[in-house]
Amino acid sequence: MKPAPFAYKKARSLDEAIALLGENPDARLLAGGQSLMATLNMRLSAPSLLIDINGIGGLGGIAHKSGAVEIGALARHTDAERSATIAQHAPLIARAMPFIGHPAIRNRGTLGGSIAFADPAAELPACLLALDGEVDAQGPKGKRTIKAGDYFKGLYETALGPQEILTAIRLPAASADTRVGFAELARRHGDYAIVGLAASARADGKGLKDVRLAYFGVGNTPLRAAGSEAALARGDIDGAVAALDLDPHDDIQATGAVKKHLAGVLLRRVAAQLMEQRP
Amino acid sequence: MKITADSPPVLSVLDRPNSYIGRAVPRPNLQRLTQGRGQYISDVTLPRMAHVAYLRSPHAHARIVSIATEAAKKAPGVVAVVTGTELAKVMTPWVGVLTHLKGIKSAPQYPIAVDRACWQGEAVCAVVARTRAQAEDACELIDIVYEELPAVTNPETALDPATPVIHASLGDNLCFERKLDVGEVDKAFANSDAVVEATFVTGRHTGVCTEPRAVVADWNEGEQRMTVYHATQAPHMMQNLFAKHLDLSESQVRVLTKDVGGSFGIKVHTYADEMATVALSKLLKRPVKFVADRIESFVTDIHARDHRIKGKIGVTRDGVITAFEIDDLTGIGPYSVYPRTSGIEANQVVNLTGGPYNCPNYRAQARVVFQNKNVMCQYRAVGHPIAVAVTEGLVELAAAKIGMDPLEIRRRNLFPDDGYPAQTASGLKLEQLSHHEALAHLDTMINYAALRAEQKALRDKGIYRGIGFASFIEVTNPSAAFYGVGGAKITSQDGATVKLDAQGAITIHSGVTEQGQGAEAVLAQCVASSFGVSMDRVRVVTGDTDNTPYGGGTWASRAAGIGGEAAWQAGKALRGNVLAVAGAMLQAKPEELDIRNGVVVDKTTGAERLGLDELARVAYFRPDTLPPGFQAELMVTRHYVPRGWPFAFTNGIQASYLEVDTDTGFVKLLRHWCVEDCGTIINPQLVNEQIRGGVVQGIGAALFEQCLYDERGQMLNGNMADYLVPMAVEMPDIDCGHVVSPTADSELGAKGAGEAGTAGAPACIMNAINDALRPLGAQPLTDMPFTPGKILRALGKV
Ligand SMILES: Cc1cc2nc3c(=O)[nH]c(=O)nc-3n(C[C@H](O)[C@H](O)[C@H](O)COP(=O)(O)OP(=O)(O)OC[C@H]3O[C@@H](n4cnc5c(N)ncnc54)[C@H](O)[C@@H]3O)c2cc1C
Repeated sequence: MKPAPFAYKKARSLDEAIALLGENPDARLLAGGQSLMATLNMRLSAPSLLIDINGIGGLGGIAHKSGAVEIGALARHTDAERSATIAQHAPLIARAMPFIGHPAIRNRGTLGGSIAFADPAAELPACLLALDGEVDAQGPKGKRTIKAGDYFKGLYETALGPQEILTAIRLPAASADTRVGFAELARRHGDYAIVGLAASARADGKGLKDVRLAYFGVGNTPLRAAGSEAALARGDIDGAVAALDLDPHDDIQATGAVKKHLAGVLLRRVAAQLMEQRP
Repeated sequence: MKITADSPPVLSVLDRPNSYIGRAVPRPNLQRLTQGRGQYISDVTLPRMAHVAYLRSPHAHARIVSIATEAAKKAPGVVAVVTGTELAKVMTPWVGVLTHLKGIKSAPQYPIAVDRACWQGEAVCAVVARTRAQAEDACELIDIVYEELPAVTNPETALDPATPVIHASLGDNLCFERKLDVGEVDKAFANSDAVVEATFVTGRHTGVCTEPRAVVADWNEGEQRMTVYHATQAPHMMQNLFAKHLDLSESQVRVLTKDVGGSFGIKVHTYADEMATVALSKLLKRPVKFVADRIESFVTDIHARDHRIKGKIGVTRDGVITAFEIDDLTGIGPYSVYPRTSGIEANQVVNLTGGPYNCPNYRAQARVVFQNKNVMCQYRAVGHPIAVAVTEGLVELAAAKIGMDPLEIRRRNLFPDDGYPAQTASGLKLEQLSHHEALAHLDTMINYAALRAEQKALRDKGIYRGIGFASFIEVTNPSAAFYGVGGAKITSQDGATVKLDAQGAITIHSGVTEQGQGAEAVLAQCVASSFGVSMDRVRVVTGDTDNTPYGGGTWASRAAGIGGEAAWQAGKALRGNVLAVAGAMLQAKPEELDIRNGVVVDKTTGAERLGLDELARVAYFRPDTLPPGFQAELMVTRHYVPRGWPFAFTNGIQASYLEVDTDTGFVKLLRHWCVEDCGTIINPQLVNEQIRGGVVQGIGAALFEQCLYDERGQMLNGNMADYLVPMAVEMPDIDCGHVVSPTADSELGAKGAGEAGTAGAPACIMNAINDALRPLGAQPLTDMPFTPGKILRALGKV
């Protein structure tokens, strides 16, 4: 389990990293390394160059500004886990954080890496989708912002171009009527989930509106469950479960049928969380 | 995990001043290991050492048409590229059979596959290079042409005439078969009020060691000697095998085993890649290192427990068990593993099924078949978890059928505590067990009545909790009956050499080995106690065939019971010799003296007479002052082998309390208990750690661990993300209790404790799950591991 030989370069600026990506089409960016190093060591990929972006300044911040929470790409999972800003203004992220791997992994892994890698069973991509957040990217043609709904394209495939670097993610800050819910089922704490659900909504009297349900572990990308969202907004939980139109594949931990059943169970649990009144 | 307080030591005849028997003293190697100063094979670096990586077959069964090595030979850092055919000239193949397993057969196995690969993961070519990374790089340049052959993967059809035979020379795919028919089984079933049948499946899994398998071999051409640094449980066994297959004498081979990061039976076998590494060192005349990585560990470390057992039990209305019957089928890969064979596990299932119960009618059949998957062999508690799952599963199903409490049915059938010696239907001889006392202890410990009341109250609220039990017996301290009589050079005796150094401290050299289980602590405790010094005056040396007495090493829970007794006896003998010197120096009768706390004292008054430092000074530097003709003998060796009984059986009972989430099929373990009887407890903390660790491995089998294969013989989850080892967060508190029935075969009276936890836990979890789901009318779950999907299916939810 030794990686194939590769060159290593520590980029000092975004421009330098972008230029290096341009010169080396098979280069890979190295952030926390918690996903990348495993694929290298197992020789599942063999890039000729690793561009270490950890030395680039200004990408690690977590800030609340103009109604949004902005998280720099290099913020570590552990920074988010301990952030008062996130606890207060992005409570869904705060709920999801403890489910991501183990403390040692959260110490190194970055939020940017997680969104860039876009593992379909990962928590953060689903949270981004549930919150209707957006992604800031920078490439040779400059900066752009991608809406979560347009970002996840396929299995480990995103809207990021080959020379683009994810610089930050932005989430709408929670307001008094924000409701969030999160649940996942994994055989062991810290494993990627068999199935998980991240949800957000707004309180509407005793009911809910703007319900967004994002499942993970059930498809090639995090998946919205539109029919169930509408039913939940009507307060119809049974209808929401019945409207689930997921078609998950079998994997090592569970068959598609089991995943689908569990998705329904999670929907009921998360619906209960959404309907809980805040203290 | 909460560690409950150890019980205070019970004073026994073994107690002397400085008695460490029964005390939870820390391990002498603790500081060294926790400071990162252990010496594992990965830490061994020798001058001119090269590293080997093996290219492994991607196919479960394939003819090797050609191997093109030219490009790899030219790659940076490469020392040699060696095929199986080339290495077969250096090392002879082996066949894993034993004469006492009648009819067992296997085919010759080579260090590297010759002409044909028989499982996915078998090494087909070696690359030796300056670094492991360079060796792996060069592996990618080797071009092998395979012709895929049909893979035999399903044991159920392995013996069908239409199924290809894996080794033509053997005639069929049958490795071993055993049949047993005792008492009047048919009549007993006919006279039963209820007969219950079930098919049990125990999933193929493996023992995941913290330190993978590893070896550094160093052939010294000048000395004509092979030194092997080896993470093994049995250095002397390996010395014999390396010598035999390299055509050397044993004196030309030295095996050194320093620290080992867990073994669980995984490191007590002959592995082709380790043998190949040793052969490569001989071929290349330089040190070669092989450290298995995780990915290759999963497809080469022995697997175990892949059994399908049809079981049947008969009971009368008042709960008397009338008969057991089993039909066991197991697929063990393409070769019987050398030298212990892959027949032992099924043989143990036949031996142990029904073992705790006084039931004279028993019929068993076991068939062991070849297949194109990784090999299976002995893993911690060999055969026990399977036999216990079948036995205890049947007992609780029978209890449910006749409406009897699961503890009550056991009370009515367990061998009575005052009825020993006894013999099981399968012929196992039992010296002294304590099933009933253990059960009574457990009943109190878990507060059974209250637990049942809680279970009932929660059921009314839709919360489904289950209580499951498993009584068990465990084979420990094996005599020559295990392997020696079958012709394997695996010794059952063990030795200890103890010496007094020139400052009055003690060194013990022992033939058993430290795998992380605390054997060195036990050895130090035994010697310190029987000799009479504090433990910090004892240094322990193990794992060196040049310098330790010939011994079997660590397996079958033997290190404490056999190695500990040898150490105890050696310490006593040295005390006698030292007191002879003291007598000569003090002009006193040796029998009126004793050694306490490192000082020679007057036996009756305890008055200090002579320090050991002074005694050693005189004995080593001024022997001229001792009486003429007197010779001090300050180094002694004692050996021990169990002779009275083929095995020192232990017994116990476990209980599990768990909750099944009937919506998700997830199982939450709430609490686990084990009461066991390992005879004299030398170190309660180590015993409890063994029990707890063993229980956790048993929980792994019941809920998490399985080597999943597809029908083409490809392992699907051979990595630490997809193969689920149990982790701390999901583990319950595990409470241990003890009953003490010492074996009379040794003075210490210690039996083994290393496997009891693993033996009983899977059955216990299974029974608890079925107890939880019984009110819902779920089909009993008998197919391990019990995944959420299986539980949901049993509940009819998917
Ligand atoms: C044992 C273990 C368990 C884990 N469990 C979980 C879990 O339960 N849930 C979970 O979500 N994750 C889990 N992870 C993954 C972990 O969260 C990773 O840290 C994360 O997925 C990737 O972040 P990283 O910073 O480590 O990225 P890296 O591994 O450095 O990079 C991953 C990929 O993203 C690219 N990349 C990284 N940063 C950027 C960027 N700014 N712009 C563009 N591309 C970029 C890299 O080039 C690479 O292709 C686990 C990891 C391990 C080792």
